Amino acid sequence: MSDDPIRVAPYIPRHLVIAFAVMLAAAITLFSYAVRMRNDVTGSPVTANDTRPLAPPVAGPTESVTLFVAHDEDGSLHAEAAQIPMPSGRQQRAEELLSTLLSMYLDKNSPHVLGSGAEIRSVFLIDPGEAVIDVNSAFADTHRSGVLVEELTVASLIHTVSVNTPGIQKVKILVDGKERDTLAGHADLSSFYDVTAVNQLAAQLQPGQ
Amino acid sequence: MATIAVLAFVVAILVVLCAMLSSGAAPEKHLTVYSVAANYSLPLVQREGRDYVGLLEILEPLGKVNARADGSRWRLRYYREEVDFQSGKSQCRIQGRQTAFPGKFLLEGDRGLVPVAALNLLLPKILGGPVSVHEDSERLFIGNIATHFTASLAAGNPPRLVFNFTAPVNPSVSTEPGSLRLAFTRDPLVAPASPTLTFGSKAIPSATYSEGNGIAVVVVNSNVPVMASFSNDGKTITISQTAQAVAQGAAPATPTPAAPGSAAAPAQAPASSGATPANRRYFAVVDASHGGDDRGETLSNSLLEKDVTVALAHALRQELESRGITTLVLRDSDANLAVDQRAVFANADHAAIYIALHASSSGHGVRVYTALLPFGDEDRGPFRSWATAQHAALPLSQSAATAVAGELQKRQIPVRTLAAPLRPLNNIAGAAIGLEVSPVGADLAQLSAPDYQQLVTSAVATAVTAARDQLGAAP
Repeated sequence: MSDDPIRVAPYIPRHLVIAFAVMLAAAITLFSYAVRMRNDVTGSPVTANDTRPLAPPVAGPTESVTLFVAHDEDGSLHAEAAQIPMPSGRQQRAEELLSTLLSMYLDKNSPHVLGSGAEIRSVFLIDPGEAVIDVNSAFADTHRSGVLVEELTVASLIHTVSVNTPGIQKVKILVDGKERDTLAGHADLSSFYDVTAVNQLAAQLQPGQ
Repeated sequence: MATIAVLAFVVAILVVLCAMLSSGAAPEKHLTVYSVAANYSLPLVQREGRDYVGLLEILEPLGKVNARADGSRWRLRYYREEVDFQSGKSQCRIQGRQTAFPGKFLLEGDRGLVPVAALNLLLPKILGGPVSVHEDSERLFIGNIATHFTASLAAGNPPRLVFNFTAPVNPSVSTEPGSLRLAFTRDPLVAPASPTLTFGSKAIPSATYSEGNGIAVVVVNSNVPVMASFSNDGKTITISQTAQAVAQGAAPATPTPAAPGSAAAPAQAPASSGATPANRRYFAVVDASHGGDDRGETLSNSLLEKDVTVALAHALRQELESRGITTLVLRDSDANLAVDQRAVFANADHAAIYIALHASSSGHGVRVYTALLPFGDEDRGPFRSWATAQHAALPLSQSAATAVAGELQKRQIPVRTLAAPLRPLNNIAGAAIGLEVSPVGADLAQLSAPDYQQLVTSAVATAVTAARDQLGAAP
């Protein structure tokens, strides 16, 4: 008889051991991958605070475009041809169009006065056929209140962009990047504008209609 | 393999037992903490028949704090204040000074638990400011941040109950027959002098205040359907009768030549108007746009759009009813009414025509608008899209707008018909038009002149009366 204690081999099935080993290996791999990703992110320069312009100021050959300018005197939209330098990018072109339109409204002889400080922050063109116009809060906060006066502004922006940028079917207007109920108490900004419907409205707003 | 099967069976039994225990457990109690820094809620635990809460959890949102367990001792540091607890003791040292409190301090792992009843004694010394604990309702107020309120019945018919709060509030509102409940989960609302407030009104006789499990609740008891509207940047809540209740109360007194209770057969209506839905109480819904905080356009120093629209609405109702058209004015006073609510009232009534009234200093004469429908949002089966509910009725609305414009032209008033992105025109399921009234000349005072208002509204009423058959036959 031996004095050695009786040893009972631990009963762990082979397939469980293999599964555990595979899961452990996967966990270690994922952890190292996550650590590497984190280092990549924290190591990269912060772009949110980078205020350098993304594109150089527009210069070069000018192009003929049609702006639809609101006139308060007769409550109409006037189609006015303009020669402006246009960038090559579709989105930058739309922004340039609206910036030119806005500079007319901010002029002291403006036919449709907007409040000082009003700006187009950016225009986003999202395929297929979707445009988002982001104006600053001064644009909306200083806008005069009234159905017609607000409607003229909205129609002017949307019709100018859609006529000069083929393919746009719907347009959303944001204020400081956020959705807002109305422009100044009347014109609805909560939904996407249907470009076809706005084209019909622009026809109704032609001088003499 | 047999061992695995046994283990799996045991685990399954444990899971089932846990599920049974959790489903039968009492709802978890919470302590709601109100402070200048943040409002938050913490779970309470029951120990030795008392409610306990983690002291570190209370202090963490308020400032720089850390705690360390050392055997049975637990040391906490809040900024420069040092507190020394010992597990099982009902005393602690705060900055070296002995402080007694009800109950015992408990240490569970690294977590220090104190009785809720002890917070009144401990927190003022740790935080260095006033603290108020509502132990029965599990609410803790740190600093002087309580929101008080008053409730009074505003004069007028129908009566309105106005709650004024010392700070903006954001309760959740729910209604059930005979009451409206305002639940303040995140607002440090405290009780008025008496928990039951009586107002001497048959419609809204009383309101009661109560609090429990971290929530303050005000229940308004009413004998008519009521709704709540917010104003004054959330510092005022007005409880008023719904339009339906107002209509039911006002209907018998409405001077109309129409057959009682029937908008389908007004005095002058031809027999062919029998297609009107039976549940239509009013043929026309006139909406005085804006109101309350929404002033609309400031037409002059003394003239606001919201006031002109109410005057126009009253004038239009008079003109319509004198022609046998039953009319509901949606906003009769200076009250807040959301555009969605306006549309709900008009749609629920199945009104033959909805007329929104606006006033403006720009332009001349009257603009008659129909909806400029937004993009997309198609109907789904029997459900109509809210954003484009007007779609099917748009031709009828355009026809009505043309008729109104024609009558205005006959009265030498400059007029235009246009589409407009003007809510809630697009949310109305029946005929819907909007009117924007401007002075004919440059004198803005014309907008509030009764003769000009009567000239405009009589033209509109004449056009609606003429189109009554067409409008009334619409589903």
